[in-house]
Amino acid sequence: MMENVMTAIRLVPLDHYLILSFLLFSIGMVGALVRRNIIIVIMCLELMLNSVNLLLVAFSAYHSDPGGQIMVFFIMLVAAAEVTVGLAILVLLKRNTNGVDMNQLNRLKW
Amino acid sequence: MLYLFYFFAAISVIAALVVVSAKSPINSVIALVVCFLSIAAHYILLNAQFLAMVHVIVYTGAILVLMLFVIMLLNMNTIVEVRKPMVTRILAVVTGGLFFLVLLAATRSGLSTPVPEGFDPGIGLVKRIGMSLFQDFLLPFELSSVLFLSAMAGAMMLAKKDDPSNVNRPPSSEPDLRQAGPNEKAA
Repeated sequence: MMENVMTAIRLVPLDHYLILSFLLFSIGMVGALVRRNIIIVIMCLELMLNSVNLLLVAFSAYHSDPGGQIMVFFIMLVAAAEVTVGLAILVLLKRNTNGVDMNQLNRLKW
Repeated sequence: MLYLFYFFAAISVIAALVVVSAKSPINSVIALVVCFLSIAAHYILLNAQFLAMVHVIVYTGAILVLMLFVIMLLNMNTIVEVRKPMVTRILAVVTGGLFFLVLLAATRSGLSTPVPEGFDPGIGLVKRIGMSLFQDFLLPFELSSVLFLSAMAGAMMLAKKDDPSNVNRPPSSEPDLRQAGPNEKAA
């Protein structure tokens, strides 16, 4: 049982998880830079958080250390709280400006 | 096993590209659901069963449904998004590609960290994660509940409509973000 799980996990090299995670993070970053719709920017932030989560779980499984997976759990908690507040700000922006454009938020000094 | 990894990796990358490039926000959310489910499949491949379940429940079950709800509630499909200029978009894609290359180059030589000899197959099971969470990480776990309480109160404070009886200034004096351009501000 133990040998099976170990060989099954280590069959995929750690480099592959690194490349996949970097690719997802770069796509999320490009999306956050390119788009102006605020909800798509929030989704791209979620994508970046998830790429980091995937890398943490991969390292945790390879080194058999539960600390990485606990870290992922707390990242999920913080992401949930962040999305709650972000969507509330989105609703507020839509109500005040009748649009969801990120560039409406560049005058926060009011 | 390796082919399963490639299969789910391809699904997650393609879904992420659809998230970034889709015109309608609804299509973006659906693609993000697909991407997160494939990431949950990666967790299962890594034997992180607890995290796979929590990921499906929290992300696709709560966060993305909330986003879909907000999109439909605000009737966002009728809003035409102003696109950024072409130069900005090309520069953003070039920046993302360069960032990817820099990350690859930075980890190319430093990846030979020694993998420890001992191996514990039950690392991601519910029992082990639960014991670790409630013994070693009890204080952060309890503090996260305070974080959730404050996030909930903040979201309710933000999204609450102003009571009309509490408004102590005429509505005409409120700044209208829709029409206040930079030239009007100087006037």
